[in-house]
Amino acid sequence: MTSKNWFEKNVQHVFTLPAVVFVLLMVIFPLGYTLVLSLRNWNLTIFAPPSWIWLQNYVQLLGDLRFWAATLRTLAYSFSAVLFEVILGVSVALFLNREFVGKNLTKTLFLLPMVATPVAIGMVWLLMYEPSIGLANHLLKSVGLPPQSWLTSRKSVLASLVLIDVWQWTPIIILITLAGLATLPTEPYDSAKIDGANRFQILTRITLPLVLPTVTIGVLIRIIDALKTYDIIYATTQGGPGEASETLNILGYVLGFSYFNLGKGSALIVLFLAVVTVVSLGVLALRNRINSLVN
Amino acid sequence: MKTSIRVANKTAYYLALCVILVCVSFPFIWMILASFKTQVQIQSTQNLFVFKPIFTNYPKVFKDYDFLRPIFNSFVIAAGSTVVGLILGLPASYAIARYRQRLLGIIILIIRFFPGITFLIPWFIIFSNLGLIDTYAALIVSHLLINLPFIIWLMVPFFEGMPRDLEDSARVDGCSTLQTFLRISLPLASPGIVTASLLSFVFSWNNFVFSMVLSGGRTKTLPLAVFNFVSYALIDWGALMAASVIITLPVLVIAFITQRYIIQGLTAGAVKG
Repeated sequence: MTSKNWFEKNVQHVFTLPAVVFVLLMVIFPLGYTLVLSLRNWNLTIFAPPSWIWLQNYVQLLGDLRFWAATLRTLAYSFSAVLFEVILGVSVALFLNREFVGKNLTKTLFLLPMVATPVAIGMVWLLMYEPSIGLANHLLKSVGLPPQSWLTSRKSVLASLVLIDVWQWTPIIILITLAGLATLPTEPYDSAKIDGANRFQILTRITLPLVLPTVTIGVLIRIIDALKTYDIIYATTQGGPGEASETLNILGYVLGFSYFNLGKGSALIVLFLAVVTVVSLGVLALRNRINSLVN
Repeated sequence: MKTSIRVANKTAYYLALCVILVCVSFPFIWMILASFKTQVQIQSTQNLFVFKPIFTNYPKVFKDYDFLRPIFNSFVIAAGSTVVGLILGLPASYAIARYRQRLLGIIILIIRFFPGITFLIPWFIIFSNLGLIDTYAALIVSHLLINLPFIIWLMVPFFEGMPRDLEDSARVDGCSTLQTFLRISLPLASPGIVTASLLSFVFSWNNFVFSMVLSGGRTKTLPLAVFNFVSYALIDWGALMAASVIITLPVLVIAFITQRYIIQGLTAGAVKG
């Protein structure tokens, strides 16, 4: 009887306990462990016991051009992908913001690039980008443009990866913007009509400012996910050619599991998390700024 | 005159719509087409869309590339991590929704934003020490990192939006909280639970990075098996595309079944924002 009472009294803790244990064991503890590892010299390819080297892993990384190149690449990839996705996504959402036959089917098709297995998507793009047999160069040739080397050249690999990202993730911006557009109030439009505003003025002075807060949420989600992009890059280029598409994520994997330098890999991950946090806080601050401007 | 302009406008609109839809679905169409082509047909610049289909790529994926085992592995791991995710996630979501455990809710949502690679080095060391590398257990537990936050993220608003009357009357009839949860709340939440299960299955099925490090010869998952095609000197494109179709098809079917809930879930948070 008493045990049953105890259960009833603490039921919320009993219900959350398994999830809390999981978070502690699999998230909090590994995070702390990563922090500790980042201060140690531990390389599985060297038969020396790990030793404390404190900040040396960080010093080495921060003095390494490869780290800075990967950081710049990660930022360039993420920001350019999200920029195109927002411009394209908001435009398409405005275009689709009315009743038409097949609206539900359209929305469903938009989901497919986001949920399909990234490795499979990477493989079909690999085929389409293939310089000698791929469709991309067929298309360029058929309209009289010179063929490109896409994923196989240092110069074009990052842009080609951005294009895949834009294909895959523009739909989420479209769907989020469409949902935002559906909730807009009607009063501003009525008064604009009375004042004789034209369609362009209505778009730039009413619709876009009102839907902006919703779009910013989409941008926040997308930026964080773009910084984390791993599957498609690794599946198509493994960071190559050379290191031309090596983002922080890929560099972390290479340090940890190709070089088996667990200490340095951990330090890189800590720095990577710092980059993700700074960018997220920046976008959050931007969002608050926009919200206060709109209201 | 006016009606003909309207018809022209409408036609232009639907044409533009078709262009958008073709752009979105084209890689899938291309994947499916190439899976029915021979290596020679794939390499030729003629007959891109009209060709004599062959059906040997699909059997080849199973015979030459031994796909049965990875399919089985991916299925066991995805189903396992979904079931464990539900067992941990459903009571937790209920408690977060009904007892306002905000802090836990927020911590679990933040996990979603961590790059998967964050945890791989410590997990690799922990699982190596426990002798769990290349076991289902390690992969199922690692996939929970994605599935558990997702299930909780989806189910908390679901439980919050559920009317309390039935739960209250069950209490009056003498049911304990656990009984109320099991007999009243869970059955009422079943549409949400089905969506959460299907999608968490998909996320696990799609996962690449955890399997790269934690699996091995025995537990190799489908994304790894597909990726392995690239390591051959000459890529067998037809078989690779057939393999890609095999891995993608269940995901697309699930997306069609759950589309309404995904769109709601994706957009609700952003609009409330």
